[in-house]
Amino acid sequence: MKNCLVVDDSKVIRKVARHILESLDISVSEACDGRDALNQCQSSDHDVVLLDWNMPVMSGMEFLQQLNATNARRPKVIFCTTENGLGHIKAALDAGADEYVMKPFDRDTLESKLQIVGVL
Amino acid sequence: MREISVTASVRSLMDLLEQRTGQILSDGRMWRIEASLGPVLRARGFASLDALVDAIRNERGDALATEVVDALLNNETSFFRDPHIFEMIGRHLLPAAMERATVEGRGKTLRVWCAGCSSGQEAWSLAMLFLNGRTGWPEWKMEILATDISHSAIARARSGIVPQMEAQRGLPVSDMLRWMEPEGDHWRISPTLRDMVEFQVDNLFAPEAPRGTYDMILCRNVLLYFTAEKKQQLFAQLARHASPGGWLLLGAGETSIGLTADFSSCPEHRGAYRRSEAA
Repeated sequence: MKNCLVVDDSKVIRKVARHILESLDISVSEACDGRDALNQCQSSDHDVVLLDWNMPVMSGMEFLQQLNATNARRPKVIFCTTENGLGHIKAALDAGADEYVMKPFDRDTLESKLQIVGVL
Repeated sequence: MREISVTASVRSLMDLLEQRTGQILSDGRMWRIEASLGPVLRARGFASLDALVDAIRNERGDALATEVVDALLNNETSFFRDPHIFEMIGRHLLPAAMERATVEGRGKTLRVWCAGCSSGQEAWSLAMLFLNGRTGWPEWKMEILATDISHSAIARARSGIVPQMEAQRGLPVSDMLRWMEPEGDHWRISPTLRDMVEFQVDNLFAPEAPRGTYDMILCRNVLLYFTAEKKQQLFAQLARHASPGGWLLLGAGETSIGLTADFSSCPEHRGAYRRSEAA
């Protein structure tokens, strides 16, 4: 079974994402900020990270940059954020994000993005 | 799910849909009547389906009946729906169509018909697929005719404006950036893509739009709404507009087998059917 680390400071978003991902037969771990996510990535393997941008302690972008620097075989990273401007999308791709989901999102969107990055 | 009883009004609405589109509402899709027509009832101030049917019978023009039929149609679609089909088209079917057109001396333009295109995502996906692979076929052009019986779906397609939720469904973000521009909460299809696709309202059983023949016809997730008799009529129509040796793409679970001799399935290309040579 594939595993997804959902990184978001919103408990509601984590719950919604978990519900969708589990319905797609993907097991879910949760982190509430980038630092928490980085620690989890160092201690266990994930196939994909669903990553919010704006979070306390460590942002999604900082997390991705540190993940790139420390983890040669890193999981796929899908940003999932309300930052919907072109500048943010391009910055995320330049930093190595594999896909980008603009909130709000639904099951079909998430499923298709997971297919695009090869997790489904 | 609550079952809906087949009252005289429901029967009348089912008949209207069948007369206008050839589509039948099977028992499993009866729920669509109330779910789809709820917004029409509220917007028009009708208290019940009976009142709506009375109004359709008494209207002088055709606007309400058209609106009701539009609402009853299933316009579900997304970019690159069934991604493996588009991969097959890009890898195998387009190169084969180009090779055939070259052998027959038909010039370097591929003609494609998206029959039952809904709000355009399938046609835009095909245009993106073609242009993304352009380095492999730099001298070729593609012309896409996209038709649907739904006036509202074609109006949305022609606008080239896609709501954000729909824009990111099925579409890689790299293609989104390459072929669309943000416009508020929506995304606008690029002029390059729009120039490749012509959208028209059209009835598959009395088509006016298709002219001549097409190298490829996509008619996916359309057949499932028709009776066997209607499917045979539709295959005859598609066969008239398919080039000899041209491709027909059907939806998952749809087949030409047992319904027509004009198209043959291709075991090596699942979901693709080939127009017989003796066209």
